[in-house]
Amino acid sequence: MALRGGNARHARNFRIAHDAPLWHTPGAYPAAEFSAELAKISGDRPEETLAGALIEESAQVASWLMGCGVRLQAPDRGVLPYSRRTAFLLGGGKAMINALYATAARIGVAIAYDSEVLALTPTRDGGWEAEIATGGATRRLNARAVVLASGGPGADPAWRRAHFGGNADDILIRGSSYSNGRLMQRLVESGAQTVGDPSSCHMVAVDARGPAVDGGIVTRITAIPQGLVVDRHAGTVEIAGAAPGKSHYAQWGPRIAQCDGGLAFLILDADGVSRSLPTALAPIAAPTLETLADALALDGAALASSVAAFNQGARAIVRPPFSAFPMRAGLTFVHFGLAVDADMRVAENLFAAGMIATPNFFTRFYLAGLGLTLSAVTGRRAGEAAARALA
Amino acid sequence: MPSPDAAGEAERIVKICAACMYCDGLCPVFPALTGRNDDIAQLANLCHNCRACWYACQYAPPHPLAVNAPATFSRARMETYADHVWPRALRHVFVRPALGAGLMLAATLLTFALLTAMAGAPRSGPGAFYALIPWGAMATLATAALAWATLSLTVSTRRYWRTISAGLSPSPLKPALRRALSDIITLRHLDGGGPGCHDSGLPFSRRRKIFHHLMAGSMVLAVAATLAAAVFEHFLGAKPPFPLTSLPVLLGLAGGVGIVVGAAGLLAVEARMDRDPSDPGETRLNVSFLIALELVTLSGLALLVFRETPAMSPLLLAHLSLVIGFFVGLPASKAIHAPFRAAALLRAALERDVFPRKRITL
Repeated sequence: MALRGGNARHARNFRIAHDAPLWHTPGAYPAAEFSAELAKISGDRPEETLAGALIEESAQVASWLMGCGVRLQAPDRGVLPYSRRTAFLLGGGKAMINALYATAARIGVAIAYDSEVLALTPTRDGGWEAEIATGGATRRLNARAVVLASGGPGADPAWRRAHFGGNADDILIRGSSYSNGRLMQRLVESGAQTVGDPSSCHMVAVDARGPAVDGGIVTRITAIPQGLVVDRHAGTVEIAGAAPGKSHYAQWGPRIAQCDGGLAFLILDADGVSRSLPTALAPIAAPTLETLADALALDGAALASSVAAFNQGARAIVRPPFSAFPMRAGLTFVHFGLAVDADMRVAENLFAAGMIATPNFFTRFYLAGLGLTLSAVTGRRAGEAAARALA
Repeated sequence: MPSPDAAGEAERIVKICAACMYCDGLCPVFPALTGRNDDIAQLANLCHNCRACWYACQYAPPHPLAVNAPATFSRARMETYADHVWPRALRHVFVRPALGAGLMLAATLLTFALLTAMAGAPRSGPGAFYALIPWGAMATLATAALAWATLSLTVSTRRYWRTISAGLSPSPLKPALRRALSDIITLRHLDGGGPGCHDSGLPFSRRRKIFHHLMAGSMVLAVAATLAAAVFEHFLGAKPPFPLTSLPVLLGLAGGVGIVVGAAGLLAVEARMDRDPSDPGETRLNVSFLIALELVTLSGLALLVFRETPAMSPLLLAHLSLVIGFFVGLPASKAIHAPFRAAALLRAALERDVFPRKRITL
């Protein structure tokens, strides 16, 4: 129960179209602007109707969530710069999840925690039979309509090995361990249509010392522009086409995943550290580059030569103490899911919502706050369509 | 990954919170965090233990990062009491709160023995109280206990203020004082950023704030009753016990009932509270203070009700002893949280002038 809520428990804000300032979201974010930004990450998707529905219904998400007891944050509170594109949750995603579960319980929704759907099979009368395991017990439930919100496949190690190749086991998972895509995989095996690329995902650089799953936002390494990235052989790691020192957040994840052992190190001097934002885990620090190399089990001479080459550039690593963050790729989500129509329908009386359906809307990169908006919009659409199916 | 020592654990938690900042709208603690050399002594008392961040935290146990900010600050708060209380010997009370209850009890019993030894023959009507215990003895004891409590709490608070104000850039005091005073009187930070505290688990509630207001407000009434009694006695020549409809009695009665209800409400809240987001030592400190306050107040109310009966004389002795014992133990009790939190709120208000509110970036 403490880990309920999927990846939404790690969310902070959600993207909403609005033409005038709202008490929680200042300025304006016109639908046309949202549409243009979504088009940049959607490739040949989404179909016009889906994109239009997403943007139009994004405008209702804030008031709908507040109606379900979720609190939003006023823009003059707190320290984070606020955005006209996204509304912020007071207390973050888990506070929202708590409010939503409380509302669900109040209106009589039965909730089974620590349960897994082992199988979902169509019944003769057009409904579905779910085989559900809770602890050691298995039971069967018949439903006239089912909404799947079981998440994308990223947290399943076997799935990653099958699609990500060599360093799949070296990747850390930023979200829920329950987002393992197994139910999705079973439906695909029985003929459900998929969308997106199973080998494409959103990854960022994270602290290698962080937890293997559920790291969320705090293990991100944001200081890459302040220093030098080397691999485990102390050789310089760069992103082809990017100016040295420039950080492209979501490009560093895949780049680090390609390094030997899926491991890289961000090397900073004292000035680099002071230019960086605070981190959840303190960097590994040493008085000299040689002792830092020892602490990281790197070749000292190779590190010295990489740093010397780096120091020819605009920023130099010269002032002790020297610090390092060991880094791995942190997987946020995979651009792969089940194909749906405008009612979020996967098959007759079977609907999908949340990350399992988002590749219908975008298949590259990410926009801040889009995941939660998509989850809310697809969830409401799927729920309404399922209710209509029962009528 | 929790750290075994308190300081290390506080530093670990604060770094994670500074990197996350999802709670920056809940209370003033999070906006004050930088993740680098944060002043835990200041943050610990800025935290009102509303627990909003505990229920909102995606890194709370069973997550391996095991973040528990309120319990960490609760423990750190007890350390700020221990580190700054004067005289230094009282620090042990904040390590073992049972000692504080023991101190109050011992002072009460000692006073009771002393008063019993000097008590005169009981009679009734005006002047009955002073016939039992001479005015001089009563006034001396009460003044000494009150002076001791005031002196100790003042010195302790000064010591704490010196710790948290070190390195504070000079800024105008007046607007900061006004803001801090408003935060103190309204207990704004028991709101969890709006919806309220978590008194008994996930649901939001304002019970703790309401009962605290009732109790603190009633204490003000009780003080007003004492002042009114002094005025009656010295300027109007009246001798206690005063008539039931007189100002001191009415104020005392309202204050007494308010304290009894408020403290009982807070005890009920403590009994139902989640234990996880608090330090057990702080909970014991809270509970023993509330019980002591209830005993003092109930004995006063009982004296009012039974003052015309033979029970008056033991009740007066008991009430006076409890009052004296309460004030003797006050500097090493939960009472210390009030000036310490006020100091932390003042520093936060002063800092807000140094670091103005966030810019609007559109």
